[in-house]
Formats: sequence, structure tokens, C-alpha cells
Amino acid sequence: MANSLALTGVNAGYGRVRVLENVSVSVAHAETVALLGTNGNGKSTLMKCIMGMLRPASGSIVAEIDGARHDLVGRTTEEIVDLGIALVPEGRRLFPKLTVEENLLLGAFRRSARALITRNLDSAYATFPVLRERRRQLAGSMSGGEQQMLALARALMSEPRILLIDEPSVGLAPILVSRTIDKIKELKERFELTVLMAEQNFNQAVRIADRGYVIVHGHIAFEGHNTDELNNNELVRKFYLGL
Amino acid sequence: MRNSVFWLLAALSGVAFLAVTRALIANEYYYFAAYVVLQYIVLSTGWNILGGYTGYTNFGTGAFFALGAYASVVLHKTVSVPLPVMMLVGGIISGVIGLGTGYLTLRLRGVFFAIATLAMAIVMQTLIVNWDFVGGSRGVYIIRPASAPIAGSYIQYLYTLMLVLAVISVGIARTIERSRLGLGFAAIRDDEQAAEAGGVPTLRLKLISTTLSGALMGMAGAPLPYYVTYLDPDSSFSLAYAVNAVAMPVVGGMTSWIGPVVGSILLGTIQQLATVTISSALNLLIVGLLLIGFVIIAPNGIVGLVLSWRRRARAR
Repeated sequence: MANSLALTGVNAGYGRVRVLENVSVSVAHAETVALLGTNGNGKSTLMKCIMGMLRPASGSIVAEIDGARHDLVGRTTEEIVDLGIALVPEGRRLFPKLTVEENLLLGAFRRSARALITRNLDSAYATFPVLRERRRQLAGSMSGGEQQMLALARALMSEPRILLIDEPSVGLAPILVSRTIDKIKELKERFELTVLMAEQNFNQAVRIADRGYVIVHGHIAFEGHNTDELNNNELVRKFYLGL
Repeated sequence: MRNSVFWLLAALSGVAFLAVTRALIANEYYYFAAYVVLQYIVLSTGWNILGGYTGYTNFGTGAFFALGAYASVVLHKTVSVPLPVMMLVGGIISGVIGLGTGYLTLRLRGVFFAIATLAMAIVMQTLIVNWDFVGGSRGVYIIRPASAPIAGSYIQYLYTLMLVLAVISVGIARTIERSRLGLGFAAIRDDEQAAEAGGVPTLRLKLISTTLSGALMGMAGAPLPYYVTYLDPDSSFSLAYAVNAVAMPVVGGMTSWIGPVVGSILLGTIQQLATVTISSALNLLIVGLLLIGFVIIAPNGIVGLVLSWRRRARAR
């Protein structure tokens, strides 16, 4: 059953500050799409719009989950999580003073997710063995890489079909960035996810992305239909990579 | 320990405590003093549901408490209902005020929420001061019924009711702590935005927290008119209630149900002793000093201290 996401002509901002201007982004079934851009260009704002944490001024956001179409604008975050969309927030945003297991349980807070909570917890521990070892440890006391794994595992606890990942590389050592990106690819294949990943680490993101968008000052500056187009585009080289 | 077992044990220890005190203590003064300590157990446990579990500092305890008391005054002057019913009504009134406060302050966090609750308390006090039916700023005299409906004197009756309420409050707090609700509260305390992004219904949980917290405070206040027999806005809305309701969980420990109980018994007893031995004006000074001391030396309260000692002993 198909899972996809389409944003069309989205305008959004905070108060009078416009952040996103006429942004159209789509993610087809089982695709990994990278949203590339440096800080302050609207990547997180776009994620917040999809999750219903910020209501766009105009434009449409439509998700197809298991073949059924849902208009996301105007829905609460809880409803959107219930539909099968989960966000790994920027900077991980774990609950630092709660244990690893409590963090995971909070990923499955919704009624629909609770029914399968034991199975999903086992699955999370099977996917991330280190989390089982550290089950009773406070999340804030783990290393950055482990915290990123926990953030991914927490998002998967709600059994999402579409996974949004906001800057998985933030605050991680280069070797861990590359490991995290590999892990995302593995998770995507194992759980048949449709993935939208915001990232500023161009080279790492392009490694696992099927295609990507470059966002500059709140509008889509370039759409690469495959990784070659992204790698070889003059605009990307000039404005984004500074080559 | 399972919840049902805890409730049973709490009820049994309440009954045992009641039986022992009633059998051994005849001097009525001790019931007056114990009533205040028990009242603080309810107030600080109620405060801790919002302040400790959910992470929202409420400085309006006095208002929730006084509204419970004034609800009883209104009932006393209009219909004659038994005191336990008045406590329920007081709880409902303060619970609704809690719900309203939560709704109006839903975007306020940290110190701004604290200021808003302080302002709410002042608004409520002003309303009562200007409401002549309940005595306005003059206050109101409430004549106690000649006899208590169950065995013993009237103060023993009040003491018994407050003991029952304290047991119920502690039971509620412990149940929340081990439940999904408590986990949701803790998520709000740790990182509200992350909780929201993960699909935790933060608004609904916050409203449950403010309502429950307010309701317990209102129930604690409902018997007050019969305890003091003269109720006026200045003393019932007193900031001392707010300060104590903050200090007791902080001193005891905010993350567990036992913290507010320990804090209330300790600070409440010290204050009662100071009142009879030194002066009642000294009470808040003692509370303030202890509060400062604990915030600096043991920010996790007595419970936190004990836990870290145990951990260190085990590590050895």
C-alpha cells in the first residue's frame, strides 16, 4: 500500500515573519528524499508544518497513508502521529531525565500505538541492541550517537509509514554522522518507510537519498531528480556548497 | 508494588494512625495542630501533581484553597449539607478554576506561568473581597454545629476528614506517578515541545494536571471555615499557603509522592512547634531558610538525598 507526502504551494511563518514561500515538495512511496539547505532556510519550519505544529498561511499538505489520502492542514499533531507520520526532531530532543525505556514508551503514547507496545519495544531493542543494555539509564547521560539512535527508535515506536528526520547530523562527530545515515537507510529498508530528511551535510545526505530539494531562503531553489543532478548542478555548487 | 496494594496499605495505615491517635490523645490542641499538618499534606501533594510531575510552578495555592473554603461558606449560608459534600463541592469549584487557569495560561511556561498564577490569586481575592454575601473584606463568622456526626468532638471530626483526604490525595499522586498519565506529565516537564512532536497530547494532559491539582487544594480548603470559625480574605488567601505548598515538595523531593508527605510533616510540625514556643510570625522565616538551604544543598529534596546515599552505599 502506497505511502506518500505532497506539499503544494505552502506559505508559512511566525507572526509577520514569512519563512516558507510557495514551497512544493513531494515524497513518493518508499523514497528517501533529502531536503538540503543551511541553517535558517526553513527546513525545520517545513517539518513543523507537516507535523501540524505550525499552521501554514496557505497551501496544501496531503499525505497518502496505506493508500488513503489525508489532508494534514488543520489537524493536530496527535492526529498526524496517529495517521502514521513520525518526526525525529532536530537536536534529538529526548527526555533527558527519563530513562531510555520511558523515552521509547513516550514514542508510543497514542492509543493506536499502545496496543502493540510490547512488540514494538522488542523490535526497537532488536534494531538497537545498545538501547536494551541501557534500558534503565537516563537518556541524557548517553553519548550523542546513542542519543540519536534513541531518537530514531522513539519515532519508530508509533509504527510510522512516513518518517521525517530533521538534521540527524547535528552535534555528532563525523564518524557518527556517517553511521547514523547508514542506520537510517537500514531502517528505511527494514520497515519499508517513506523518508523525508532535512540535512545540511550535503555529501552524507546524498549518499542515501533517491533525490533531493535545495531550499534557500524559504523557497525551493533547485530540485534534483536524482543524486547525479544534485552533485553536478552549478547552482548547488555555487550557492550551497560554495565550490 | 501494585496500585491496589498501595491503596490498601495507605488506607490501613490511615485507619491505624487514626485509631492510635484517638486512643492515646485526649488534649484537643494536638488535633488542631495535626489538622494543619494533614492539610499541608493535601496542599503540597496537590501542588506537586502540577509543580513536581508536570513542571509548572503554581504560586496560586492560596486561591484554590480559599475558594474551597468560600464554597463551603456559600453552602453553609444557603443549603445545609454535610461537610464531606462541601469538600466535594469545594473540590469541583477549585478544579474548574484550575481548568480555567490551565486553559488561559496554556502558552505560558516557567516564570511566566508562575506570575500568571499569582495574578489569578489576586483577582480571585479581589472578587471575594467585593462579594458581600460571603462577608466581603469584613470576613464571615461560621458557627460550628454543636456536635459532630461521628464519635468525638468536632475538631476530632475535622481531623478525621482531613486524614481521609490526605490518604486519598497521596493515593492519587502515587497512582498517577506509575501510570501513563504520569509518564506524559514527566515528558511535559522534560521537554514539552518534543512531547508534542511525538504525539503526546500536551494540552489535554496539562489541563488534567491543573484541574486535579486545583481540586485537591479546594478540597483541603473546604473544612477551613469550620476550623477557624471566622474566615476573612486576607488570612484565607494568604501567601503563606502558596509558599508552603512550594517549599514542602521542594524540601521533601518533587519527583515522588513521598516527597511532599515528608516535607509537609517536617515543615508543618516545625511551624506548629514554633508557633507555640517562639511566635507565629517566625513561621515563614523558618520555611524560607529551609527552602534556601535545600535548594542549595539538596535540590532533589530529602528523597533525593536518601536515594543518592543508598546508591552510594550499594556502589561500595
